[in-house]
Order: sequence, then structure tokens, then C-alpha cells
Amino acid sequence: MSTGTLQVTTPNDREIAMTRVFDAPRQLVWDAHTRPELLKRWLGVHNGWILAVCEIDLKVGGRYRYEWRSPKGIEMGMGGVYREIVAPERMVATEKFDESWYPGEALDTTVLLERAGKTTVQVTVRYESKEARDGVLRSPMKEGMESGYDKLAELLASLATQGA
Amino acid sequence: MQRSPDRLDATFAALADPTRRAILARLASGQASVTELAEPFAMSQPAISKHLKVLERAGLISRGRNAQRRPRRLEPKALAEANAWLETYRRFWEGNYQRLDALLEEMKTMEPKRPDTSQPGDDR
Repeated sequence: MSTGTLQVTTPNDREIAMTRVFDAPRQLVWDAHTRPELLKRWLGVHNGWILAVCEIDLKVGGRYRYEWRSPKGIEMGMGGVYREIVAPERMVATEKFDESWYPGEALDTTVLLERAGKTTVQVTVRYESKEARDGVLRSPMKEGMESGYDKLAELLASLATQGA
Repeated sequence: MQRSPDRLDATFAALADPTRRAILARLASGQASVTELAEPFAMSQPAISKHLKVLERAGLISRGRNAQRRPRRLEPKALAEANAWLETYRRFWEGNYQRLDALLEEMKTMEPKRPDTSQPGDDR
């Protein structure tokens, strides 16, 4: 495998955190997160879903808007406002889905760290409450349950490395 | 079998602490007494016992039958359930990030041809 494994953790009651290493310089990873024509290539585009609308006003106070469409015409939209932008290393933005399954807004913090040509992306999503966070983790549970047991060893391995 | 949301909340809360995660990692390699568990930590036995109580309440560990040692052992089922929630989320994002890997590879091949466009004073 050319890249790192995605780690997903719950550092506290209200957050979900993800860490992933990419084999590319930070500027490219930043571009892929902030330029619509690039985001449309990877964000949520699976099983025929496309990122049909991707508008980004990349400045503090600027808005972004994403709309996905499925082959059956189902639509899903979300957006928010940029709170902090330090290109190419840090971005903080609010997020809210049109038909949200969790209460309130969430705050997304994305941090990009470059080391020896590789970039570590850390995304932390902070929800307004513990209930909202847990709701997000619970909602897509159908496929999740089946894989629980055989992933146990993998989780324990990651717990061990985070133990310090 | 599905556990109550409250129990799942307790599991996530229990997992949010690094000492408790380290205890679970230790128990993954076999059961251990409270004294054995306290050893690697610069912590008093009562402090460790407190952590063990949280883990026990969350259903993540249980006590063995041996009356003297009362060794703690891992209850993999509770952890597996908590993990299942994270796993769906993880899988969704891993899919995104694999597509991003491919895109970045493509961008890297373009990169050398791109002239350095940074200007003096362009440090936003």
C-alpha cells in the first residue's frame, strides 16, 4: 500500500477525528481540498453519485456549497462558512447538511502537515453536543455492524499505538 | 443483539481516555490483575481502579472468577460494537481518500511542468 491507513477516533464527547497520510506535497493536497474542479473528482463521488455543485469562496467569512446527486436523482446538499484559512496548512469551517440528521451545526478543522514530501491530513469535526456526534456515528449503521468483529484486531492495534 | 444507546455512549466515553485505551491494549494480550495493570503507569492503584470501573461499567472489561486475583479481561463484544460505528464512517472516508490518492498521483505528474508562480509578498 502506497499510503497510510485512515485512523478514525473519538478524542472526546463531541468530536470525531480522522488522520490520513498522503504521498504528495502539502500544496497539492490543499488544492485538492479547496478547488472545486478537483473536489468533484473525489469527495463523495461513489456508486454513481456526483458532486454536481461545488462552490467555494475561499476567504474568512466566505461560503461554500456542495450538492451531490445520485443516478436516481436523489440530492444531498451541505454548506457552511469559512472561519479560518491559513493556506496551505489550516482551514476551519462550519458544516450543515440541508436535511441534517444531527442537531445544530458542526465545526470542521482541517490541518495539513508536510514531512519528507508526504502530507498528513487531520480532520476534526466538532458537533454541538455529544448526542449529535453519537447520532452521526450511529446513523449509517447497516453495513457497519457486519464488519465489527473482524475489525477488532485492527482497532486494538490502533489503540495500542495511540495509548501514549 | 443491540445494546442501548446509553451503553454505547458509556463505551465511547470510556474509550476517550488514553490511559483506558492503554489498559485495553494491554488486556488484548491476555487477562491481568489490578496490580499488573497498574505497573506500567505512574499511577496509584486506586487511580487505576477508577479507570477499571469506568471500563467495566461500559461493558468493555469484566472480572475473572479467581477470587483472590480477580483478573480483568477484555470483553471484545462491546468494543466490536463501538468499533462498528466508527468502521462505517471510516470506510466512507477511506473511499474518498483512495480517490484522492489517485487524483494526487495525477497532479504530481503535472506539477513539474507548472512554473513557480509564487510572487514576493504573496504569503497570504
